[in-house]
This record gives sequence, structure tokens and C-alpha cells, in this order.
Amino acid sequence: MLYREAGDFKTTYSDDSQTFPIRFDRMGYYVTLLIAFGVIPLVINDYWANAVFVPFLIYAIAALGLNILVGYAGQLSLGTGGFMAVGAYSVYKLMTAFPGMPVLIDVLLAGAITALVGVLFGLPSLRIKGFYLAVATLAAQFFLVWLFNKVPWFYNYSASGMITVPQGKMLGVYVTGAQTTASAKYLFCLIILVLLAVVARNLTRGTVGRKWMAIRDMDIAAEIIGVNPLTAKLSAFAVSSFFIGVAGALFFAVYLGAAEVTEAFSIQKSFLILFMVIIGGLGSIFGSFAGAAFLVLLPVLLKNVLVGQFGWPTDLAAHLELMIVGALIVGFLIAEPHGMAQLWRLAKEKLRLWPFPH
Amino acid sequence: MKTKFVSLVVAGMCAAAPAMADLVIPNLSYRTGAYAPGGIPYADGFNDYFALLNARDGGIGGEKVSVPECETAYNTEKGVECYEATKGLGSLVYNPLSTGITYQLIPKALVDRIPLYTPGYGRTSAANGKVFEWVFNYPANYWDGASVAIKYLLDENGGSLQGKKIALIYHNSAYGKEPIRTLQDLAVKHGFQFVEMPVDHPGQEQKSQWLQIRRDKPDYVLMWGWGVMNAVAVQEAANINYPMENFIGVWWSGSENDVIPAGAGADGYKSLAMHGTGMDYPLYADLKQYVYDAGNASGNGDQVGSVLYSRGVYAAVVIAEAVRKAQELAGTSAINAVQMRDGLEALEITEERMEELGLPNFGQPFAASCVDHGGPGAAMLQQWDATAKKWNLISGFIAPDQDVLEPLIVADSEAFAAEAGITQRCN
Repeated sequence: MLYREAGDFKTTYSDDSQTFPIRFDRMGYYVTLLIAFGVIPLVINDYWANAVFVPFLIYAIAALGLNILVGYAGQLSLGTGGFMAVGAYSVYKLMTAFPGMPVLIDVLLAGAITALVGVLFGLPSLRIKGFYLAVATLAAQFFLVWLFNKVPWFYNYSASGMITVPQGKMLGVYVTGAQTTASAKYLFCLIILVLLAVVARNLTRGTVGRKWMAIRDMDIAAEIIGVNPLTAKLSAFAVSSFFIGVAGALFFAVYLGAAEVTEAFSIQKSFLILFMVIIGGLGSIFGSFAGAAFLVLLPVLLKNVLVGQFGWPTDLAAHLELMIVGALIVGFLIAEPHGMAQLWRLAKEKLRLWPFPH
Repeated sequence: MKTKFVSLVVAGMCAAAPAMADLVIPNLSYRTGAYAPGGIPYADGFNDYFALLNARDGGIGGEKVSVPECETAYNTEKGVECYEATKGLGSLVYNPLSTGITYQLIPKALVDRIPLYTPGYGRTSAANGKVFEWVFNYPANYWDGASVAIKYLLDENGGSLQGKKIALIYHNSAYGKEPIRTLQDLAVKHGFQFVEMPVDHPGQEQKSQWLQIRRDKPDYVLMWGWGVMNAVAVQEAANINYPMENFIGVWWSGSENDVIPAGAGADGYKSLAMHGTGMDYPLYADLKQYVYDAGNASGNGDQVGSVLYSRGVYAAVVIAEAVRKAQELAGTSAINAVQMRDGLEALEITEERMEELGLPNFGQPFAASCVDHGGPGAAMLQQWDATAKKWNLISGFIAPDQDVLEPLIVADSEAFAAEAGITQRCN
């Protein structure tokens, strides 16, 4: 009744090809943005920023990046943790080498450096695919972590190998370091996420995205119709690594503040983000958000309910949390193998007919 | 989907705020994951001592102590979450028992004005109070430990380690890397050859390192391990028949959980100890009466008297004494975190006081000051007796070589001060 195409007349081509063709969707999008930019920064506190919103926003960026590679271009990657580490260490080296630079530029440069590294490790994708490519990217994961742990130049020769973010400003406001306010952290990550999400959405709707999908669906057929696999695959690796590098930079600089590569960017991180993409939905922008929300917020929620509300012992709650999240993942994937994005699509289909289904 | 989650989280959070007590000392513990064998006894000891104070004395200075526990799983992301979740409760001091989490909290503590107490772990150069106003790591730190181990070996070898080969098998993380710089300097000073052998998280895979040890035959092996890594290393050493008396762990690698799995093979393994262990202290009579028999023991109650349990008790004792000192300085029993910091800085623990507390000859006496947040740094050595299943102390307190440590601490803390833009205090 409310959610429908009927009555929503489009009079120009640009209207017709907009991201949200249905008015209800569009309104929802604007309302979400309004709340995200207008309401949350006013009420957010340290706990909400550091435990809920900032990790969610950053993981959403990483999931978007991996979704471009795995979901749109069909190149399986297990190197996400390593690429996030490239972003983190790049931003650290940039911030310590050029202290006065606005942090946004550092973060974007870190993304660019990661894109280069990603292209380098993406080269094997021209010869191998599927599980074999996964193994090649796994090598990237282990090599990068080893590199940042082994070469003291990357952590500025500190005694412990930890990197600690310096205070960094953006337009006169602290966005990294301990003096950062909750709303500054949140807004900084949110702005980057929204920009990158718009870029991702439009890339995947355009020529580039169509080439990626053609390669994903059948690479030989794509090659025959004129898609260059070299540029398509490497551009997917570059864009994906850029996103993941930005996420890694924010993860270290804004969220954690101090990190060591073996702990923060281990293989677990690669799997976590891959699970976000799979649970959220391969080849879906919304899915990246949904998957990140599911895997970031659910453990925090469960912890607060089990320990805070029921007063259970922390170890019991931590074990139960793993079991519940695990069971939900399995349940979700059995009920809907295409992830939360597909559930959302089905819900929208039903809504279109509601309340008068055939 | 998202909004539903958020609203659920809101509901969870609103109900999550526990009852406010007067003195809040959060326990950022880990009872799950690869480091649980170390985290569980420590957390139990920490909780039980405060439970004793509440039950026997009605808290500290008449104020009840509340110890909200938060599970970090030794994971820095969860550590951040725990810190943020508990700091709003009016927390007085944080003791996260993780070097990684400590590094994250150091800048935050400075801004939030909440002290960190990291006995025997954390950032070693925090011993320099001139730079680290809000961090305390007395009575001993990693570099002290490294120096004490080498001093002990010097004593064993008639004062010279010339031409010896000493290997360090360490957890490949901030924690394990901490002693390397000290050991490098000591190697130059005493003329021994120093070999580094990293073991990656979580530490179950050490075959190649021990193969290397079997081939290179170092005279001594030092270990900076934690969690399951310790037990695996002791087992591997036993497997290659490495002489266990030449294998020395830091104080985090010297608990019962580390040696019992290797059975008789672990006999003779040594570790540093910064405090006594076992239940032969008068304090345990009170703990038994007021805590264990009352059914208030933390966890399963099966860790009582173990090495890491004792360390948890020791940390709690020092914090409780600092609270007392802070109450005395502030003239009020309901202190805040800033007053707590003053208490930590003015803290003096004498042997008489330890005896009053029911822990004679348990820890070393120390006095903190504006400059000195690190304490004297002495440690003892203990050796495992596999037949009696008991750690025996085999030395008195050995003082570290401050000539080597002092310049290292100054250099590292000044590097931090320059990076973080801190002006030095206490001038």
C-alpha cells in the first residue's frame, strides 16, 4: 500500500536511473541519513561510539570493499586482514612522517597504497581462480602480517612493536588520539562510509560493475563479448583494496588507537569480514551493511543482555555468545543461502503486494 | 534490520547499568580463549580479595568495593568495549592484565583521568612517572625481569656469561617483544650471544623453534610466554630432553597450569616470581572463613593458592592499600579516580604492613614517588618440583641491573613524551 511503484511518475532519464527508484525507499534513505547525521552525533557518548557505532561503520567499509571483490567480481579473497594492516601501517607512517596533514588525506592515501598492494597480490587472479586464488590471497595475509611484525621501520622501531596513533586533526577538530570526542569519531567515519558507499553503489551500477559481474558469472563468455579480464580483475582488486585499506586505517587510527599486527589484523579478521559479506549477501551494498551490523552489534547486544541484564558469569556469557552467534549464522544460511540482502529483497516483494497478495 | 538491532541494544544497555557502589574497581578479565589458563586464576584472586575486604571489614574505610567483571578474551577490541562500558561507573583504576590492552588504554587514561595499574606487565617505560602520570607498574616490570634472570645466570656461572648462548623464546606480540631491547644491551655488556625465537599467537605451534634449540644447543633458554604457549613450550622442552634447570620463564610463564600438563618432564623448570605463592599465609585463614566457606569464592574456587591466584590477590592488595592511602590523603572515604592516582603515587608498602595484612615475606617492600612509578623491580626464582607438584623458591629477591635499565626507560618514555606531546612533571 505504501511501498509501491504506482503513482511515482518519472519524467526524466536521470529520475528513471536513480539509486532508489521507489519513493518509499528514497524517503527511508533520506530519513536514515538525517538521523545518522542530525540526531546521533548529538546524543552519542563514548560507549556508543567506541563499542557500537564506530566499529560498525568501519566494518561496513571493509565489508563493502570485500563485497566488491568477492560478491561483484567473484574473486575469493582471504587477505582482508593483511590489506587492512597495510592501511593501518600506511596511515601510521604517513601521520608520523607528516604530522600537520589533515587526517582525511592520510586515510585516503593509505587507501591508495593498499590499492597498489592489492593490485600486486591480485596479479595471480589472472591465472588462477576459486579456491586456488583463495590460497594465493591467504599467502598475502600471512606475508603482510609477517612483514609488519618483522621490519622495525614499519613500527618506527618501538620497543614492543606496537603502533600508537598520534593526535590528528581534521578542520581543527581532533579525529584521532585520545582527545577525540565521541561525535567527532563517529562523524568522521560516517562521512567516509557514506562517500564510499555512494561510490561503490555507482561503480557497481555502471560499466565497471557490469564488467566485474560479467567476469564473475562466466569469464570466458565475458572475454568473448569484449571484457578485458586484466583490467576488470585488477580494477576489482584495486577498488576493493582501497576500501579495505581505508577501513584498516580507520580501524587503527580512529577506533583502536594502538594496535599490533598479529592481534588486530590476523587471519580471524579476514574470516570475520568474509562472513559479514556472506551473511549479508554477496553482490549487495545493503548486504554489506547488514552483515557488518549482524556480526558487530549482535555480540555486544548479547553480552549486555546476558551479563548486564541476567547477571550471568562473564565466561558463561562469552561462551554462550559464541554459540548463539554461530547457531544464528548457520540458521540464517540454511533459511536463506543468499544472505540478509535476499531476505530484504523478498520482504520488499511482499510489501509491494501487501495487503492484497494474489 | 539495523533499527531493530539498535533498539534491542538500547534496551539491553538501559538494563545493563549495575547498582552503583562507592568504590568501583573493574576487573577486565579473560576466562575464555587461548589465554584463559592465565586469566582465570588471576581474576579469581583479584575478586576474592575484595570479597574478603567487603565481608570482613565492610569494604575499605567503610566504603564497599564493587568489582564489576568484564570479559576481554585478551582481545583489544573487547578490551576497548569493556573499558568504555565500565568507565562510566566511576571506576577508580584499571588492571587489564594484557599488555596490548594496556597500550591502548594509556592515552585514554590520560584524557579520562583514570589511573592504570599494570603490575609486572604493560609498557615498561611507564615506570618513569615524569612522563606517565597516570600509569603505575610497580613492583616490577619486564625489563626488571630480564635483568634479574641474567643476574641469576651470572651468579650461577661465577659472574661471567662470556661466550654463552642464551635464547629467548617469546610470544610474538608487544608483550613478548618487550624484553628484547634489554637483553640485547645485557648481551653486549656481559658478552653472551643472544638468540630471538618468536612464537606466533596463540602459541600451540612451536615445533620449529624447539628443533632450532635442539640444533643450536643454547646454554640457557628464557621464555616470555602466556596462555597455552607456556604449557606447550614446557612440553616441547621435555620432548627434546632440554635440561629443564637451564630453562627459565618470566613470572607469567611460571604457574601450575603451565607445568602440570608436561608431567614429570617439567621437573626442574624455573621461573621468576615477584611474590610468594601457596596457602601458607595467615591471610588464607580469613579468606577461607569469610569467602570460601561463605560460598562467595569467585569462579569455580579451584584455583585458590596457585601462583596466578596469588598474583591476583597481590594486585588487589596493592590497589586496596592505594585506596586506603588515597582516602587518607583526600580526607574522605568516597574517593574519585583523581584522588586514587594521588594514592597510588604516594603508596608505600613496608614489610610490617604486609605482615599486618597476613602476607609476611610475600612481596618486596616498595615506595612510589612522583618520579618512580616502577618500584625496585626485584624478583625471586622458583623451581618446579613435579613429584610434589609444588613451586619451591630457590633464591631471595634479586635486584635488577638499574645501570642498564635506567637509560632504556628514559629513552623509551621520552620517545613517547615527544610523540604524544607530554611535558615532563616532577621537576
